[in-house]
Amino acid sequence: MTENILLKDNVAGIEGYFAGGGYKPLKKALGLKPADIIEEVKKSNLRGRGGAGFPAGLKWSFIPKDAQGERYLVCNADEGEPGTFKDRELMRRNPHAVIEGMAIAAYAIGSSHGYIYIRGEFAAEAEVLEAAIAAARSKGFIGKNILGSGFNFELFVHRGAGAYICGEETALLESLEGFKGQPRLKPPFPAIKGLFGRPTVMNNVETLAAVPAIIEKGGDWYAAIGSGKSAGTKLFCVSGAVKKPGVYELPLGVTFRDLLEKSCGGMKEGKILKAVIPGGSSTPVLTAEEAWGVKLDYESLAAAGSMLGSGGVIVIPEGECMVKLLQVLARFYHHESCGQCTPCREGCGWIEKLLNRLEEGRGSSADIDNIYAAGEAMMGRTICPLADAMAMPVMSFIKKFRPEFEAHARGETCAGRAAGK
Amino acid sequence: MAFKLTEEFKARAAQVCARYPVKGAALIPLLLELQEKEGFVAEEAMDAMAQLLELPYSRVKAVVTFYTMFNREPVGKYHLQVCRNISCHMAGAPGLLERLKERLGIAEGETTKDGLFTISSVECLGACGAAPVMQVNEEYFESLTPEKLDLVLEDLRHGRLARR
Repeated sequence: MTENILLKDNVAGIEGYFAGGGYKPLKKALGLKPADIIEEVKKSNLRGRGGAGFPAGLKWSFIPKDAQGERYLVCNADEGEPGTFKDRELMRRNPHAVIEGMAIAAYAIGSSHGYIYIRGEFAAEAEVLEAAIAAARSKGFIGKNILGSGFNFELFVHRGAGAYICGEETALLESLEGFKGQPRLKPPFPAIKGLFGRPTVMNNVETLAAVPAIIEKGGDWYAAIGSGKSAGTKLFCVSGAVKKPGVYELPLGVTFRDLLEKSCGGMKEGKILKAVIPGGSSTPVLTAEEAWGVKLDYESLAAAGSMLGSGGVIVIPEGECMVKLLQVLARFYHHESCGQCTPCREGCGWIEKLLNRLEEGRGSSADIDNIYAAGEAMMGRTICPLADAMAMPVMSFIKKFRPEFEAHARGETCAGRAAGK
Repeated sequence: MAFKLTEEFKARAAQVCARYPVKGAALIPLLLELQEKEGFVAEEAMDAMAQLLELPYSRVKAVVTFYTMFNREPVGKYHLQVCRNISCHMAGAPGLLERLKERLGIAEGETTKDGLFTISSVECLGACGAAPVMQVNEEYFESLTPEKLDLVLEDLRHGRLARR
């Protein structure tokens, strides 16, 4: 059993965090060269936990060494991918790991200003963070001349106001600057021209919270946890038809079966596994057979035709209608499309309309082909991945559960079946 | 009647603006604070905010209409926001929404005559492990059942906004 690195008990307050060795890694980091910290994080193989899985150390190294003026560090706490609720739990239970991770990251990239962009609905968690930052500031871990090192780091909590798209890196930057959250074209990449036009690094809450332990125990220690290139522990958030839904910290590479049976206590009474969305609603769905033995890590899930994503594992039982569930997701993506790119704005709308028609029993087999074709036409043709995030569930639901869609096209809708037709 | 920002709000705004190199970055946090006081963001309030932060009115309006948390019209004292996304859907959110509408005699987007309740359905609230979830103002109510929902409504009628 690997010890938890992120989700620990009794560390929410600063005294408890101290008792567990908290803020020692920051002290150690301030005695190292920034370049050595980046090397250590590279060695750890820590990858972005927000969904994209980009190597964290590499991301940090993209900040131009000769950049004059301000550089920014941003923590992405805009958790909104359906099925994902890990950052909320992490911020509540271990806010100082996030703050300490940010202070270390800021020192490594030469930033003196950081922001935690948290979704507006998480008002309680924003308060937890504000209080934790104030406590850290009072102990000299945030602010001017941290621990006498001469390093300054100011950190602020910035609340969003309800927009899924702001979880996308450049949309978040727009939002943080006080604009509509519409993603930016890349290049320039944020490392060159990010927040307020300055070099910027953005990492997910969970990514940053892993940094103190990596500095304390070393990159090699972290890299040895998990499976192969997927290093470390991951927060898996399980929702749906399981006995004990919740957030579980497990080494990457744990099998879905172990997560379900050992951590979650198995399926809910009387429920049979039908399908699994393994990494948040945007990742391709797996059938029960595909999901059962799959290892939950970046490479294994890619090989299985899906993605680790955010670690939001949605467990779908027999009896749930896949057409209805896809309709729910399509409504969501249509609602959240920022409207900037035509394939996404129009595609999400048309797919939702066609699904509504199918679900209501007014659709045809040709509609199913059109929905699939629209998904295909959206993939990779937009500024940001929201279109892909819609297309991936659309295409995988149809590919793997086509008979259910065909039954709807024949007029055998769920509502009809329920009414005994 | 002309809308005026209070001196207290302006002082607070100056503090928030100081966190950023440009004032405009304070727009969203300040709009949230304004809404907390006023209950919604009126056209006049957008205008006042534009002047305060020296931004074009169109920029403020674009932001207010883009983000879902901003109410452009008054809502009830308790804004009941039921998550309708996948995990909550499977856990019975549609039934909860129906029950709310029936109990309160209003449709989605409407406010009860006594001004107490507004019903909305919202997208993922990020608490899927405790589905189905409803947010009332800034409080989360989790793992709801029809019975629990009735108790929450009863509490709210008595002015008690606390988790159960």
